[in-house]
Amino acid sequence: MMHTLNRLKADAACMMRDEQGPRMEALLQIEDLRVAFDGVPTLRGINLTLARGESLGMVGESGCGKSVTWLAALGLLTQRAKVTGSVRLTGEELLHAPASRLDKVRGGQIAMIFQDPASALNPVHRVGDQIIEALRLHRDMDHRTAQAEARRLLDQVGIPDAARRLGAYPHEFSGGQNQRVMIAMALAGQPDILIADEPTTALDVTIQAQILELLRQIQRETGMALVLISHDLGVVSEICERVMVLYGGHIVEEVPADRLFDQPAHPYTRGLLAALPSLDGPRQRLLAIPGVVPNAAAFPLGCPFAPRCNRRIGRCDEWAIELASLDGDIRHRAACLHVTSEARAGEVVAA
Amino acid sequence: MARFILVRFARAFLTIGVVVTFAFVVLRASGDPALALLSPETPAEAVEAFRKAWGLDAPLWVQYVKYLFAVVHGDLGQSMRDGRAAIAVVAERIPVTLMLTAPALILNLMIGIPAGIYAALKRDSLADRMVMMVAVVGFTVPSFVLGLLFILAFAVELPWFPSGGAGTWHHVVLPVITLGLGGAAVLARFSRSAMLEVLGQPYIRAASAKGVPWASVVAGHALPNAAIAVLTIVGFMVGNLIAGTVLVESVYSWPGLGSLLVVSVASRDLAVVQCILLVVAAAMITTNLTIDLLYGMLDPRLRQLHFGRR
Repeated sequence: MMHTLNRLKADAACMMRDEQGPRMEALLQIEDLRVAFDGVPTLRGINLTLARGESLGMVGESGCGKSVTWLAALGLLTQRAKVTGSVRLTGEELLHAPASRLDKVRGGQIAMIFQDPASALNPVHRVGDQIIEALRLHRDMDHRTAQAEARRLLDQVGIPDAARRLGAYPHEFSGGQNQRVMIAMALAGQPDILIADEPTTALDVTIQAQILELLRQIQRETGMALVLISHDLGVVSEICERVMVLYGGHIVEEVPADRLFDQPAHPYTRGLLAALPSLDGPRQRLLAIPGVVPNAAAFPLGCPFAPRCNRRIGRCDEWAIELASLDGDIRHRAACLHVTSEARAGEVVAA
Repeated sequence: MARFILVRFARAFLTIGVVVTFAFVVLRASGDPALALLSPETPAEAVEAFRKAWGLDAPLWVQYVKYLFAVVHGDLGQSMRDGRAAIAVVAERIPVTLMLTAPALILNLMIGIPAGIYAALKRDSLADRMVMMVAVVGFTVPSFVLGLLFILAFAVELPWFPSGGAGTWHHVVLPVITLGLGGAAVLARFSRSAMLEVLGQPYIRAASAKGVPWASVVAGHALPNAAIAVLTIVGFMVGNLIAGTVLVESVYSWPGLGSLLVVSVASRDLAVVQCILLVVAAAMITTNLTIDLLYGMLDPRLRQLHFGRR
């Protein structure tokens, strides 16, 4: 009787932990991540948290830091890059962790797939061997088990005739198939997080849709968190729950995907949305954001977007950029002086 | 596969034909062997008799057709200097030259490739700069200058080794090092750039992102790809095993094929020069063919190109 009671207590405690524990603690937490190449800053203080099973989109134009964030987090940048800040995976600091530890994290807990699948696979090794390599590194399988698992993985990512294709080389696959192989290789280590760095940029439009669907389906099946890096707003808003917009090494807006198109807050996000061609209505000239991303040598002191912004006011040039919530909703934040002052005004009114 | 090899063989024979013809024409156009070989006081009738005996009085095209006919039947002619079969004169020199070039090649590979890979892995470090500096020196200083310097240092100032000649292993050391250093420098530069090129490829970062330890990334992913480019230059060096030592052999008075070539050209010993060129061309072509087949082994993309689907 007593025994049963104890069991019940233990179960209850367990349930409590299940309900609170993992949710309270972020799977991955990045704080003030900064990267500089040869003294030139590229990433200027990124803060983000990623929860288990979540899907996060990161958008921005080339050089805004969306890929560098993750390469830095995994220690994949060259020696020339100076990385500071903190990247914690379930509480464990990854930045400057020993190589042996990082090798376990890479592929085992955080996997990454890249932009051009044809060149991200080693041309002289059979795809089967490349998948098996990952399996043996992270799942401690003997060769035969690994071979069977590799076949299952290829099957899972939708490569027909998987058993035979294991023996083929990357050049014998199409671009879309190579990206499927990359995804299979990423899944091999059963990671908690999959970083997809512009996974469809190098592919045909029809293949793009298939690969995105595959990513979504695999995320559903495995429950891993997905970070989708892209410059395609449509793709990101469709796949992800949460979207971060980056500009000049800063996060300038963080928004639930379903509000991205309806309520963009940052002038840069609005500019990106305005630049999208519309499918219906009369044909019109495409809108572009005037100006170019400032280069590192002449980087603005205040808001990095100020020189191109149509809502620029005097104070923008000396304002230390920070994210502020919109309408008190912590899920939607933007780093714009106007948003900050509106929030302040709101507080005043509320008070 | 069969077609690939057939085409390569046809091309090989064509190349040899061109070499033979070229050597034949140039040698005869550049001077009279009778005057080169016989002393200036030789009476005119004797010179005429010499010409007749060696068939040099016939028109050039007749000589050429006769020569080709003989070559096809395996007869490469006789040396004008001692009357022996040219092929025999050449054949006895080949092992003598290989005695220098084979150890030199091993030295090339053993120093050049590791040095290049090391420099690439430690790019821009002090070690990299040092290796490349030494390589540039080894690469730019001509082998005969290097040879003379070595003689000055290790035969004259420090009488450790003989300054020339053949016979004991002591004679081999200086020429082998001279040949070895120059080749190693070339290989080091080549291996470094091949390795740097490969290390910059996306699949290297992808392998790291997969959790492959760096040592295995280098050994398993980078080296097999870099080897494809390095093979080209190694192939060239192997092809040079027989012919590439003319200067060094002269400097060290090494009685190999290179010395024979110099002497035979000077004395217009036509059959011997032609025979040497034929042997060298054949060696080069054989090496190239082998290298092409090796490319296929190293690079699956070429395998498919040459041999159809696996």
